[in-house]
Amino acid sequence: MNNEFEHFDEMLGATGARPPYTGYDAWFSAQDRGRLAKKAAEAEAFFRRTGITFNVYGQSDAEERLIPFDLVPRIVSSNEWARLSRGIEQRVRAINAFLYDIYNRQEILKAGIVPIELIAKNAAFLPQMMDFNPPGGVYTHIVGTDIVRTGENDFYVLEDNARTPSGVSYMLENRETMLQMFPELFSKIKVKPVSDYPKSLRRSLEASAPSTCDGRPCVAVLTPGIHNSAYFEHSFLADQMGVELVEGHDLRVIDGHIAMRTTRGYRRIDVLYRRVDDDFLDPMTFNPSSMLGVPGIMDVYRAGNITIANAPGTGVADDKAIYSYMPDIVEFYTGERAILKNVETHRCSEPDALKYVLENLADLVVKEVHGSGGYGMLVGPAASKKEIAAFAAKLKANPGNYIAQPTLSLSTVPIFTKKGLAPRHVDLRPFALVSPSGVNITPGGLTRVALKAGSLVVNSSQGGGTKDTWILED
Amino acid sequence: MLGKTAGGLYWMFRFLERAENTARLIEAGFRIALTRSNDAESEWKSVIITSAAQQAFEARHDKYSSGNVVNFLLRDPENPSSVLSVTKSARDNARLVRTALTTEVWAAVNETWMVLTDTLKKPIPETELPAVLATIRQQSALVRGALVGTMLRNDIFDFCRLGTFVERIDSTARIIDVKYYALLPSPSFVGSRMDNVQWETILRSVSAHRSFRWAVEDDFTAPAIADFLILDDRMPRSLSHCAGQLVKNLGHLAKDYGEAKLSHELADRMNARLKDRDIGSIFDEGLHEFVGSILRENAAIGMQIETDYRFNN
Repeated sequence: MNNEFEHFDEMLGATGARPPYTGYDAWFSAQDRGRLAKKAAEAEAFFRRTGITFNVYGQSDAEERLIPFDLVPRIVSSNEWARLSRGIEQRVRAINAFLYDIYNRQEILKAGIVPIELIAKNAAFLPQMMDFNPPGGVYTHIVGTDIVRTGENDFYVLEDNARTPSGVSYMLENRETMLQMFPELFSKIKVKPVSDYPKSLRRSLEASAPSTCDGRPCVAVLTPGIHNSAYFEHSFLADQMGVELVEGHDLRVIDGHIAMRTTRGYRRIDVLYRRVDDDFLDPMTFNPSSMLGVPGIMDVYRAGNITIANAPGTGVADDKAIYSYMPDIVEFYTGERAILKNVETHRCSEPDALKYVLENLADLVVKEVHGSGGYGMLVGPAASKKEIAAFAAKLKANPGNYIAQPTLSLSTVPIFTKKGLAPRHVDLRPFALVSPSGVNITPGGLTRVALKAGSLVVNSSQGGGTKDTWILED
Repeated sequence: MLGKTAGGLYWMFRFLERAENTARLIEAGFRIALTRSNDAESEWKSVIITSAAQQAFEARHDKYSSGNVVNFLLRDPENPSSVLSVTKSARDNARLVRTALTTEVWAAVNETWMVLTDTLKKPIPETELPAVLATIRQQSALVRGALVGTMLRNDIFDFCRLGTFVERIDSTARIIDVKYYALLPSPSFVGSRMDNVQWETILRSVSAHRSFRWAVEDDFTAPAIADFLILDDRMPRSLSHCAGQLVKNLGHLAKDYGEAKLSHELADRMNARLKDRDIGSIFDEGLHEFVGSILRENAAIGMQIETDYRFNN
């Protein structure tokens, strides 16, 4: 494994704390370690009591776990953030333009910029969305862009989550926890607030309602149910927005609209923020055995009587094969160079790339094109010879299913341990809201941190933790 | 409010009430086991019958011993009405309706689940039983306190209360149903040892052995105890008090929704049978039959509430 000191540490530079961290560093040095350890234990007890948990798939007892929370914040200067948010907005606009194009005239395919097979053979591409303009022209109402950093000025987009990105509840709860634990810090250091997110989300969803909707649009959150890994977040967001949290069996089609069963009868819904995957959304159109969706919702949708956020079929824009074309996609639709860099990506479907990847497995990170959550990936430098050999066999059997990227030297931010501060690798997922009235990016995001020394896997399902993310005021 | 949410609130509070009632029943049974070991087995059997669990219990155990009964009622995950099971069900329902609960109520239910899951992890030795039962009662009180102290008095609150009182009527009526013979006015038995023990146990099962002395001037007599459990509005677990609360909460819903439903009519009817009458007329009607009919009416009201407010479809 790489040496720790080779990595860019966002807090501690060669000559002490980097500028965004100077205020925090001064405060931290003056703290009693025992008190901090006590605070950390309090935070954990608080999370448990309030049930801020997630369910882990594939575990026999299917019990809920806490995502470990680290009390050292991840701090980003306002200049760094300005650039990041400009880059995210540019990308999000390009993704929406790309989706509109793919489901309408397909100019980008005709121009030969994105190969047609990548769309035609893509399971996330939905023919039902062809020649249909979603309400307000918005496809991705909520986007979570995964960003990593490798140096002072080097930010890369690792993934564009354009389907149903999760994690925003942790952004909000982590801040609440920090405010409760260390109120004095926030009077010393001016941090941009994130607490407006639920209000902005509701406003953004309302602004995306069908044009036929008169009066204040009725918004609801659709969850697969209490056993879903992100159920806490679903109920949290519904609660914070002040809208109903519904499941498929609460809904039915009445008079060409989607309606929810209330104690007073059925009530019409105008905007459905669904946290159910495309495949389960409508058993009459997609997976017929799905119990999680609403039979007939796609007909209502195509008739323009409901907004589904995010739109079905957005997955075609965020799989890892399309990702490799993102710089071209951004340029094609915005006429500008991409502000945020892409990680160099080898498409294993291409024979030369496959050959290169197989020869260099020990140095590469290999991911499934449609994978998520850190499952089914190979981190070459951390894998044994046996693991690499086994993965090579899988790769050869189905090369089109994989892409490979160089192992990035991810930046680190210290975490608080019994022995003091220790550097750990991090990533960042800011959240962008898209509506016909514009793009709104909350200044902050979810910082995920690998808790094991040297590990590059930050996913909560794989033992990662989270940090509060501070964007400083000017 | 979603029909599913109303159902989740209602059931959450039925389950919480059931946990508390089971703890009271065990407490009364345990008292007998300690003080009159000869009567213990038959007392434990009647506790199981009161919990409507005879079949399930006998499928798993051959003997009505303290250990078996306490284990079955407190922590057997196979028994859907064990305290452990209903606490989990209450908490699952709370997760389902979390957006309808205040943070305090949610945190109280979640904490109850964490505390009781931990407390009931291992078999409870006799020496620990009183403390464990106290914990169950305290956790119940915590949730109830959070509910009463922090929730808006709207339809959400009404559905919570309906669950509580439907369950409580069921519980008190079962206690009387199983021991009705001890409450019959039979001159030949008055003051006998057996009656005194049974009366005390019945009162303990509803945690009213002290309040009875304060509230009722009469001596311990069967009619006085029956009157206290059935008709006394001051007694929070009496049938009359609970029926009155059902009518009250359904009344709020009718006002709120601008419409009275069939369940309101049924509850009014049951309540009327418990008001303005004396216990003698119930003995004339037949105590056992009377309590049996209240059990059936109460169950019908519960089901009608589910239909009227679209819990399921």
